[in-house]
Amino acid sequence: MDQSCLYTQKLTVGYEGVPLIRDIEIQINRGEIVTLIGPNGAGKTTILRSIIQQLPPLCGVVWLDGRQLGQMSGRDRARSLSVVLTGRLHPEMMSCQDVVATGRYPYTGAFGILSPGDWEIVRHSMELVHISQLRDRDFNKISDGQKQRVLLARALCQQPDVIVLDEPTSFLDIRYKLEFLTILQQMSRSQNLTVLMSLHELDLAGRISDKIACVQGDHIDRFGTPEEIFTEGYIPRLYQMTTGSYDERTGNLELEPSRQPPEVFVIAGNGTGTGLFRRLQREGRSFAAGILWENDLDYPSARALAARVLSVPAFQPIPRAEIDRAKAQIDQCGTVLCTLPPEFLGGFAESLKELRDYAAARGKLASL
Amino acid sequence: MGIKRCLAAFAVLLALLVIFLGMNLCIGSVNIPLSEFYRLANGLPADETFGEIITQIRAPRALAAIFLGGALALSGYLLQTFFRNPIATPFTLGVSSGAKLIVALLMVASLQYSARMNSWAMILAAFAGSMLCMGFVILMSRAIRQMAMLIVSGVMIGYICSAGTDFVVTFADDADIVNLHNWSQGSFSGLTWENVRVMAIVVSLAAVWVFFLSKPLSAYQMGEAYAQNMGLNVPRFRVLVVVLSSILSACVTAFAGPVSFVGIAVPHLVKGLCGTARPLFMIPACFLGGASFCLFCDLLARTLFAPTELSISTVTAILGSPVVIYILLRRKREREG
Repeated sequence: MDQSCLYTQKLTVGYEGVPLIRDIEIQINRGEIVTLIGPNGAGKTTILRSIIQQLPPLCGVVWLDGRQLGQMSGRDRARSLSVVLTGRLHPEMMSCQDVVATGRYPYTGAFGILSPGDWEIVRHSMELVHISQLRDRDFNKISDGQKQRVLLARALCQQPDVIVLDEPTSFLDIRYKLEFLTILQQMSRSQNLTVLMSLHELDLAGRISDKIACVQGDHIDRFGTPEEIFTEGYIPRLYQMTTGSYDERTGNLELEPSRQPPEVFVIAGNGTGTGLFRRLQREGRSFAAGILWENDLDYPSARALAARVLSVPAFQPIPRAEIDRAKAQIDQCGTVLCTLPPEFLGGFAESLKELRDYAAARGKLASL
Repeated sequence: MGIKRCLAAFAVLLALLVIFLGMNLCIGSVNIPLSEFYRLANGLPADETFGEIITQIRAPRALAAIFLGGALALSGYLLQTFFRNPIATPFTLGVSSGAKLIVALLMVASLQYSARMNSWAMILAAFAGSMLCMGFVILMSRAIRQMAMLIVSGVMIGYICSAGTDFVVTFADDADIVNLHNWSQGSFSGLTWENVRVMAIVVSLAAVWVFFLSKPLSAYQMGEAYAQNMGLNVPRFRVLVVVLSSILSACVTAFAGPVSFVGIAVPHLVKGLCGTARPLFMIPACFLGGASFCLFCDLLARTLFAPTELSISTVTAILGSPVVIYILLRRKREREG
């Protein structure tokens, strides 16, 4: 608690006296990045809005460096906490530089005139997020991705200890998503900036966050490191997924496969099969896959998409019994596809060559 | 570069103000040559009638146009920022009509008791009317988020209040009607030095206060959520903006009746001239712009069909409404483009 920069103590949030999420206990140390995840409508935005005091908390206290955030003056609060929000912004006749410069608001005098030092900070913030070239562009005429970065520069320009971001990467393409989060990571490392945000991208959340808080129902279901959160079967439960699958270890996300008995047998491995598995899913065809080692690149997608997976534990030789089971499965399928090129069909994979030849002898081996 | 353009804009606005002020003093049913001013100013023997016309008729009228025009533009600018709506003004939101109704009621009542209302009472009455309508409009704005509907409801309130005013005027004593009728149409005529003194005090104080709000206004332009994060006490600020814009528009209504379109046209034109929406520049520029615009419109109202005088709203509407149409068209294009 001494170390923590931002701490929500028994925080209960909601609208008009109706509690939505109760007893939120999130503790963030200085320089940490903490992410809120959870299904749409779970209340991530509500929690963030309550923490930044835009929504009066129904109960509990938000502490910032040992001070109650709710009792700080506007200016003090603005100097230690800045935000990037989701709402659309349509400022009139403002260049990107003007928008960034509004971050200096809590530091300027009665008329809001920026000193040369303030302008230097504005310039520096724009450089940090690589938007110097947008300086004089009209804010209303740039893309959503660019706007988001301008708003990040604005928030950094406020020189806060804590920055709160509500789904900051939602409108960004993959390049800017990575760039945006990289900036946050750099700032947290070099400036000890504390970051609290909500993210939809689980893969990114698992990579950037020091800790993750999972919002589910009326409470924070889990709060911990990504390793503690992404345990097997948790994400589908958190998001109440009813179709498709998510693999916590690999971040592999697959659509719902056909539930029919398999009509195709796929001999795959070493990542050569995943593309074919997905094509069969798109075509609505049910398939069996094998024989895969459980540490094979194709194994997670096969598990998610194949009606039946024949597998052996990692690093183990393939037992005779498994080969016979695979042959029995081939007998039941009309077609056999082999994605492994000939050079892989040797050594430890000798058994897979045997399966291929078995299928070929019965005229079932089709070309890809 | 932005600053230079703003300074140039200020120079233009000031020049216009001086030119129109001069024209307003010189031109009229009697044209007074500029040399006469020189004589008056230097205490040289001057034509007494000219002096009388200038000091008793034209000067108070021109000063009223300056203060009330500035007040109108500022009030419009505040409301546009408050409602984030480019065509919100005291006139379109029905606020000035509300003020008009209460002032008319009070005027008629005081005429009944043959008491003359002083300037302060008029402003107070107008302020009460403004706040009443403003409260109603704010309630409406919570219920309807659409900008067009807000204006429609404002216009409706305006019609109701105008109907009320017409009702009062119809049943007022014949002798008072002429005066009351003129006023309810909007006019800068017939104002005394006492009126001008009061409006100068009220408008100047309010305008200076508004100028000191330029920093929070700039925060508010970023939206309430960001403004709050920047350290602005949003609820207190909102109250302040409503009260100040009501005082400004109440002052106008109390002395000149309802004057349309200045509140929309001037902030918009000035924004284009300055090339920025920064309140720090916009507030003084709007004041200057509103003053010049009203001087010019009053000049036209007096001289176009002299000796018949047009109501000031007739002129401001003709000059101002094209600006509103332009704003609406441009917004539509921006949304589609």
